[in-house]
Parts: sequence; C-alpha cells; structure tokens
Amino acid sequence: MNAWRGSFMLRSYYFSLIVLLYLPIALLFLFSVNSSASLSFPIKQLTFDWYQKLFAADAVLRSARNSLMVALGSSLAATALGAMVSILMLRYKFRGQNVLVALAVVPLIVPYVVLGVALLLLFSVLHIERSLWTVGIAHTVVALPYTLLIIASRLAGFDASLEEAAMDLGADYPTTLRRVVLPLIFPAMVSAWLTAFTVSFDEFALALFLAGTQPTFPVYLFSQLRFANRLPIMIALAVLLMIGTLTLVFIAERFRRRET
Amino acid sequence: MTAPTLPSPKSEVFGGGVPKGRRGWGLDRRATFWFIYLPPLFWLIAFLVMPVLLMAAFSFRPDMRGDLFQIRTPTFSQYASVAATGSYWRLLGISTLMALGIGITAVLMAYPLAYFLAFRAGTRAGFYLILLLIPFWTSYLLRVMAWKILLGTEGVINSFLIYIGLIQEPLTALLYNRTAVILTLIYVWIPFAALPILAALQRIDLILFEAAADLGARPYHQFMRITLPLSAPGILAAFFMVFIPTVGEYVTLLLVGGSRGFLYGNIIQDFFTKAANWPLGSALSMIMLAATLILVLLATRIIDWRQLFE
Repeated sequence: MNAWRGSFMLRSYYFSLIVLLYLPIALLFLFSVNSSASLSFPIKQLTFDWYQKLFAADAVLRSARNSLMVALGSSLAATALGAMVSILMLRYKFRGQNVLVALAVVPLIVPYVVLGVALLLLFSVLHIERSLWTVGIAHTVVALPYTLLIIASRLAGFDASLEEAAMDLGADYPTTLRRVVLPLIFPAMVSAWLTAFTVSFDEFALALFLAGTQPTFPVYLFSQLRFANRLPIMIALAVLLMIGTLTLVFIAERFRRRET
Repeated sequence: MTAPTLPSPKSEVFGGGVPKGRRGWGLDRRATFWFIYLPPLFWLIAFLVMPVLLMAAFSFRPDMRGDLFQIRTPTFSQYASVAATGSYWRLLGISTLMALGIGITAVLMAYPLAYFLAFRAGTRAGFYLILLLIPFWTSYLLRVMAWKILLGTEGVINSFLIYIGLIQEPLTALLYNRTAVILTLIYVWIPFAALPILAALQRIDLILFEAAADLGARPYHQFMRITLPLSAPGILAAFFMVFIPTVGEYVTLLLVGGSRGFLYGNIIQDFFTKAANWPLGSALSMIMLAATLILVLLATRIIDWRQLFE
C-alpha cells in the first residue's frame, strides 16, 4: 500500500512537471496561429498569416540559413575532431595524452561568457573580422566535448584485435581506420554529429559576441524581441525550427538505439 | 604542455613488423599518428589555449590604448580596481550564491524524476525520458520568451486576470527582477539535471535492495543506505552541470531580468560591448574562470567523473 502510494506520488510529480514544461511551448504554438499581433489573451482568431508573412521576411529567413550553415559546418568539424581525439585516447599512448583529452573536455566547465570574450579578444588581436566563421569556430570548441564523449564510449566497446587482424592481413593503418574503425564507430559519429548540430543551432551566448554583421537565428531573434509586432513571425519560424530540431533529435535517438 | 613523443604501440603485435603486400599509402601507426594528432592539437591550442592566455595577458594591461598586439608593462591595476570595487565582489557573490541555489534546487527537483524513471516507470521509462527531454531540445531563447509571455505586464497571466476582472492594473512583480531569472533557470535546468542522476541510479544493482530487504531494512533505510550513497556521483555531476552555465549566465537576465537583475556575467558582457574596457573585463573573466576551475577540481577529488560516461 505504502509503496503504491509512493509510486503514485512520483508519477503525479512527473506529470505535473511535464505539464509545466510543455505549457509555455504550447503557448508558442497557440500564438503562432493567433491573428492578433499582441501576445495576450483572449485569443482572437485562428490564422496562418504569420507563416505566410514569414516566407516574405528575408532577414528572418537569412538568419535561419546562417544558423543552419554554422551548425552544419561546426558539427562536422566537431565530429571529425571528436573521432580523432577518441582514437588518440583509446588506440595510442603518448606523452601529453591526458593533457590533450583534458583540453578537449574542458569547454564543458568554462562558462560561455568567458570563452566568448576570450575568443572575441583573439579575433580582434588577429584582425579577423567577426563572421559566421568565428561563430562556427566557437561552436566547434564547445561541441567537441560532446562528440568526444559519444564517440569514445562507442570505440571503447571494441577490442583493438579487430584492427590487429586487419593489419595482419596487410592493411596499412589509414586503411584499417577507414575500413574497420570508421564503420564501427559510424553510428556514434552520426549521433555525435546530430548532438553537435543541435548544440550549435540553439547557441546564443557565444554567438552574441562573435556574430558580427551576420546574425544567427538566436541572435536575430534576440534583436527583434523589442519589436512586439514582429514577434508572431519569429514565433512562427521558431515553431517550424522546433519541429525541425525534434525530427533531428528523433533521428539521433534512432541511431543511438541501433548502436546498442 | 609537454611535447609529445612518438607513440609506442600498446602491444607487440599491433605496431610490430609490417607484413608484406600491404595496401594503402603504407603508413604505419606512427606515421598515421601525426595526421590524427595535429588537427585537434592545433585546434585546441589556437581556439582554446591561446584565447585564454591572451585574456590573461590582457587582464594585466593598464588600459585599452595602443595596438592590441603591443606588449605593455604588466600591471595589477585591473585586479586592484576589481578588488577595490565592492559591487563586483557583491555581484560575484550573488552570482555564485544564485548558481548554488539554482543548482541545489534543480537537483532536488530532478531527483524524484530520475528516481521515478529508474525504478517506477517500468517498461515505458524510455518514452517518459524522451518526453521529459523534448523541452530541453527546443530553443532556449524561446522557452525563456515563453515565460515572458506568461509573466509579462501584457502577458498571459496578467491579461487573464484583467479579463476575468480580478485586477485592474497588471502585476509587475512577475518580471524584470532576479526572482524571474531564478525561476526561469530552474525551469530550464530540471530535465538536464535528471540525466546524470538517472545514469547513476540505473547503475545500482537491484540485488542490493533484495539483500537489504531480506536483512530487514525498511524502504527509508534502503534509500538512505543504498540509493542515496550510490547515486552521489550523479548528484554532484548534475549539480555542476547546472552550476557552471548558471554562474556565467548573462542571457536570461537580458530577457527577463531587466536592470534590477544584474549579474556577474552581465558586467563582463558590458565591459566587452558597451563600456569597451577589455582589460578590466578580462580581469573579471579570469577571476570567474579561476573560481570555476577550482570548484571543479575540488569536485573531481570527491567523485570519479568517468563512471558517468561508461
């Protein structure tokens, strides 16, 4: 009886938190199809106007495209680097190995505002114009710990004897990596890539310092927040992006499942 | 950083004699090493070590004048002025305390969730977990904005209360202060904090509970003597996963905090943007970085992080 009541309370707690977590998100959906430009009750009328207007709003779409490009580039770079560090960590032994791995993981524990201003300083000193590239570089740095942890945990599950076998059969080491190791860690690389993608796509604190004249979507969204009548368009885009992100996340989950 | 030496193979067979008739470019493990080693090394030195060193160097500059590259006589004047300004310390204290409070609250609220998913959710645990994480995967800015819609003067709660005639003037206490920032951050972090706790709980061998029950331990004692100690690494990891981003937080405040909710991260941001006093901003950043790293190093003494990523 007691255990049952405990279970019931935990379950109720879970579902009330779920409601609390989804309520604001449901609101966003609601206001993206509300005809009134002000985000308040009562809801006026159901409309898809904002979605229509969205496709005429060049600056908004450009910012989404910027985010997409940064996320695509930085996630690919972070995945490649993560795979390299994983192989270095698990298949080699060298001096300074621990330092390299620690450096790759350290962005997890550096507050973004600190990393953001440090990179801003670097690019200023080197006279590098702030652009999507500088944002992409920052995102690669912060995504690397995630890709490393995902890929390394997969690679750790495989015995090095598979590689030894390939080399005994006459493959050189690059060929072994390409034909044996890469296929083995591929599912992890896909889910690492998707994780890095979503980390970058949503990132704001670094991008605000480094974006320059080409804003990413979060930066643009932020600059538009004070213009109340622009908000429904932004929300409409955000709803579409949310659906896009969710699709990506579900694909990532699929791959993670297949892995195990 | 120590210079890397040539890699030595882990086993005799592995890097040993190269068999005949090999394929590819004929690179052995040693030669391949440099192709795998140099890109991440370059990347991390160029975009992580260099910027932080540069920031450290900048924090010893007297002012913004002169070329950014120019070597100036190092001075402690920035640190001295930080030390002399009570409001910086107060803000650092507030930011740290706030992050501490948010970290602890988020962990406390996430623990029952993780417990439910690990022990009570049954076969649908996977689905429940994804359901919990979906909000975490949606835009951060947007989730914060959603709260703004809920709490703002023309927001949902106020409009609703006016609509039903309970109040005439909108309530302003709901937004633009630190309470709003704290509520928002707790809300945002709960699902995230549940993850490491869940990982630790799932690692507990259920046989332990049977043994404890056989020996007559009540559920309360089972929890205190088995579940809690064994999930401690997860609890600490969860705490730091919340604490570190929160202590440097400046975004949420820009959205819901207004000028009354100023935090340490915001003065750093200000000195690098509006105020354009980079040396002072660098000094403030270095202090924050040092504080965070010391805390994490202390934590690694207590728990073994690797357990969580197996």
